[in-house]
Amino acid sequence: MLTIKCPWCGEREQIEFTAGGEAHIARPENTAELSDEEWGAYIYTRTNPKGVHYERWVHSHGCGKWFNAVRHTVTDIFWDVYKIGEEKPAVPEDWDGATTRAQYQAATQKTAAPDGNEK
Amino acid sequence: MSQSYRIEGKGRIDRSKPIRFTWNGRSYQGYQGDTLASALLANGVRLVGRSFKYHRPRGIMTAGSEEPNAVVQLEEGARTEPNTRATMAELYDGLTANAQNCWPSVEFDVGALNAKLSRFFPAGFYYKTFMWPAALWEPLYEKIIRRAAGMGESPEEIDPDSYAQHFAHCDVLIAGGGPAGLSAALAAGRTGARVILADEGAEFGGSLLADTVEIAGKPAADWIAETVAELTAMPEVTLLPRTTVSAYYDHNFLTLTERVTDHMGPRADDSVPRQRFWKVRAKQTILAQGAIERPLLFADNDRPGVMLASAARTYINRYGVLPGREIVVFTGNDSAYPAALDAKAAGARVEIVDLRTDPKGPLVDHARAQGIEIHAGCGITGTRGTKALHGCDVAPLSEDGKSLADEPFSIGCDCIAVAGGWNPTVHLHSQARGKLSWDDTKQCFVPGYCQWPTRSAGAGNGTFDLAGCLDEGLKAGAAAAHEAGFGKGAAPEAPAVELSEEGPARQVWIVPSDVPLGHGKKHFHDHQNDVTAADIHLAAREGYVSVEHLKRYTTTGMGTDQGKTSNVNALAVMADIRNARIPEVGTTTFRPPYVPTTFGAIGGQNRRHLFLQERTTPMHAAHVANGAVFEDVGDWKRPWYFPRDGEDMHEAVQRECRQARETCGLLDASTLGKIDIQGPDAAWFLNMMYTNKWDTLAVGKGRYGVMLNEHGMVIDDGVTTRLAENHFHMTTTTGGAARVLGMLEEWLQTEWPERQVYCTSVTEQWAVCTITGPNAKALMADLTDDIDVDPANFPFLAYRTGTVAGAPARVYRISFTGDLAYEVNVPARHGLAVWTTILERGRKHGLVQYGTETMHVLRAEKGFIIVGQDTDGTVTPMDLGMNWIVSKKKDDFIGKRSHSRSDTAREGRKQLVGIMTEDPNVVLPEGAHLVNQPGKPPIAMEGHVTSSYMSPNVGRSIALGLIKGGRDRIGDTLHAPMMDGKTVHKVTLTEPVFFDKEGKRTNG
Ligand SMILES: [Zn+2]
Repeated sequence: MLTIKCPWCGEREQIEFTAGGEAHIARPENTAELSDEEWGAYIYTRTNPKGVHYERWVHSHGCGKWFNAVRHTVTDIFWDVYKIGEEKPAVPEDWDGATTRAQYQAATQKTAAPDGNEK
Repeated sequence: MSQSYRIEGKGRIDRSKPIRFTWNGRSYQGYQGDTLASALLANGVRLVGRSFKYHRPRGIMTAGSEEPNAVVQLEEGARTEPNTRATMAELYDGLTANAQNCWPSVEFDVGALNAKLSRFFPAGFYYKTFMWPAALWEPLYEKIIRRAAGMGESPEEIDPDSYAQHFAHCDVLIAGGGPAGLSAALAAGRTGARVILADEGAEFGGSLLADTVEIAGKPAADWIAETVAELTAMPEVTLLPRTTVSAYYDHNFLTLTERVTDHMGPRADDSVPRQRFWKVRAKQTILAQGAIERPLLFADNDRPGVMLASAARTYINRYGVLPGREIVVFTGNDSAYPAALDAKAAGARVEIVDLRTDPKGPLVDHARAQGIEIHAGCGITGTRGTKALHGCDVAPLSEDGKSLADEPFSIGCDCIAVAGGWNPTVHLHSQARGKLSWDDTKQCFVPGYCQWPTRSAGAGNGTFDLAGCLDEGLKAGAAAAHEAGFGKGAAPEAPAVELSEEGPARQVWIVPSDVPLGHGKKHFHDHQNDVTAADIHLAAREGYVSVEHLKRYTTTGMGTDQGKTSNVNALAVMADIRNARIPEVGTTTFRPPYVPTTFGAIGGQNRRHLFLQERTTPMHAAHVANGAVFEDVGDWKRPWYFPRDGEDMHEAVQRECRQARETCGLLDASTLGKIDIQGPDAAWFLNMMYTNKWDTLAVGKGRYGVMLNEHGMVIDDGVTTRLAENHFHMTTTTGGAARVLGMLEEWLQTEWPERQVYCTSVTEQWAVCTITGPNAKALMADLTDDIDVDPANFPFLAYRTGTVAGAPARVYRISFTGDLAYEVNVPARHGLAVWTTILERGRKHGLVQYGTETMHVLRAEKGFIIVGQDTDGTVTPMDLGMNWIVSKKKDDFIGKRSHSRSDTAREGRKQLVGIMTEDPNVVLPEGAHLVNQPGKPPIAMEGHVTSSYMSPNVGRSIALGLIKGGRDRIGDTLHAPMMDGKTVHKVTLTEPVFFDKEGKRTNG
């Protein structure tokens, strides 16, 4: 049971949402010209990563809006959510999914602080 | 022998409130504040059950929720509850309980024969014993297993109690209200944070309730009372006694079971729920569930009278019950010495068998000073007594603890209090994906890293001394509150307690006996599932060395107690066999719930009429009044058929079918999905969503459309009408309405957000009366003055607005029967009145109201498909013979490209055909498979029947089906073998249209 932040409504219980699979898979415009392999890749092939996953959710029992999210598939912790059409947020390579974005950023700021405080 | 084991003046029970209860049909007395277990012990009842496999006599082993033996059948009839732990069941007046697992009685048990035959019940006995011959499984083995291995009986009547679910959010949730949990609540509560403190016991205090220690110079009970009083006064703190935190899920979602009235017994008043199921989202959690004492593995360690030393002490101090008059304390550490001292002080004869060769320290000195004999360097090598313990054999152990150093000697006793060390209760931490690490000094698993915001404190964290528990609890509470945004994180100072100095422990995982392991004596580690150390050796010999295999092969830890007292001992035995360290053997995953949870609590209010929502149409009251039998279609209650005096379903449906075609019929079609689609790009959008063309559709006309997924498979169908240039009214299947709207939204929002199309569900806004049949025109003319209903002027698939039966209406010339039909849509509020008026005016036109079954027959007569019945997500429009609906002119639509993929385009796909049985009276079962030639299985399947009915209008049975290459096999003969394995029906494949093949009736 996750807590998911709808970019329109805020944090809500997972039961209000429906998962929509991997995000940023654009429907090809020239479907007639695609080879079977290319079309098959569009409808079937997914990255299924162990780690950072860009995925779609819909607030189906809420505002009804689709949005994108970045979730770590090992820990189920979200890095971020963003509206459809917004830029895919970059995730630092050393984010291991064990902390929220805020915690990660607080920790890295500490490390980088000029007073030399360790994280 | 009424309560002859009570200790004068001791315990937290209320002697002014005696309580009568019944155990195994006999009446006993206990006191308010007792559990069933303490009351039984007070009355000298030792034998409380029979073991699961060998039916060995068993007694009370613990004083808490970890109890493996004393699981009883509570109450009788509708309120009966199996697997109740007697150690957790609070005594109430009139409580009735019975032993489980014994037949005909606990004293005389036929199943005990199993014990004599124990060589036939080795580990893995399920998998081995009942393998030969397989034919005996149902008649013999199952009955044997059911009788012998029954874990209590489930109630057979409806649960008369009420239950509730409760959602809550908090800053800090604390599981466990012992010294650490109370301290944590205090520190967190003082910051103003929202705190929930839950404890499974009736009282807060945990281990302190059984202790004689002082905190800040006062008895522990006073500290508990002061702390609880302070917490009670805090408005943001919720105290939940009798509440078990049973599960820990992702993102700090936890479930709690609160036993609200269980301690009062059955109540007629259900204004308060019996149990409440809490679903809590906590910003921070503190796990302070304490620790569970480990039993020692020694020969025949399961006699009634063998119990944990901590439990013995709890019965003495908390309940004022002496668990025996002659007590042997068997330990490898100091933690059992207070139990020995308290037992001695309460009047028992006490001896200590200590695994350590040279136990020393203040507690040991104290025991010696009290005249308690200590047998150092010794172990118990066997026990005596069957239904009650009456002695044990003790012998000095070798240096490595693996053998006896001398001959055993005997000690008479009626209770052995065992102390094999402590296991922190890490269940919730583990459920929360927390790692466990092995502490070599403490010889136990302690909580390690966890990704969620949680802390463990106190004994549950491996901190076993009281001062440490108080301090750790306060610090955890302050830190958790701070991280949740309250306070500065500084903990209050811990109250002073007397330091209890403990000497080092000696761990002997398997105490040797005078005979080799598994020969004549049993070392039980899992008492509930009757698993012994010898079983683990057998599992290892047979290759089941991984902990997950070991668990399943031996069933260790798989009882209702989930191995709370047994798991670590099992790991230790396996580690010994493998010559590995315990952490190398690993642990099994702890799974929720921590203790058994009733289905009633999980279901909460969601039962009976609240189990599932019901959707009814505006005409529902009329259907009920007209005697409709209802069918569930999704959440909808739809009239299935309308039986008249004495008709059965078949008779009613045959009559409805006939009359609808002869005169006219009326169907409530309000449940059809209806979506209002508007916007400049609406026509473009429909072109993408449907296989046919929509930009060419004239205003005021409708068109049938088939919707696919990207795989090219049919997922929905319906008629969509163009109301205006940029305004469409889409209809969908009843069950597909929400899914289709969801799909439209998905494409619009995620793929084409720049397109201006707006979809709105209007399913519930319109009531729909479908009038069909030869007399439909005449009836419609009686109902409306302003719509020309003549098919010549109101053509098929056209749409008109006007007034029908006094209500503003949209009328669509749509037909799902193949006959002349009008779908009259009126605003929902007019639905009932319009329906009633149509029924009245229809009388002279021979109108029959019909339900969904007749609708199905009529459409099947015409070969009209039902998506989801004649299709199953693997069917293309071409497979349905509907090539005509797939536009060749459009460059693209959802699913188009998939139609040229090799598998979709290949020959021999299953195709929709009609199926006629040779015998016209045979109605094939839907789902029946067709084969070319009947014979011995395996036979290649050619396809299956999707729809099958007796059609009065065709005058025989009809069926539709999906058959391999079916379009090219019209006229072929196939066979339908039936489930009985004998009957085979001969069938012929036909065109999938059985009635009015020329389609002449559509215009009347
Ligand atoms: Zn939302």
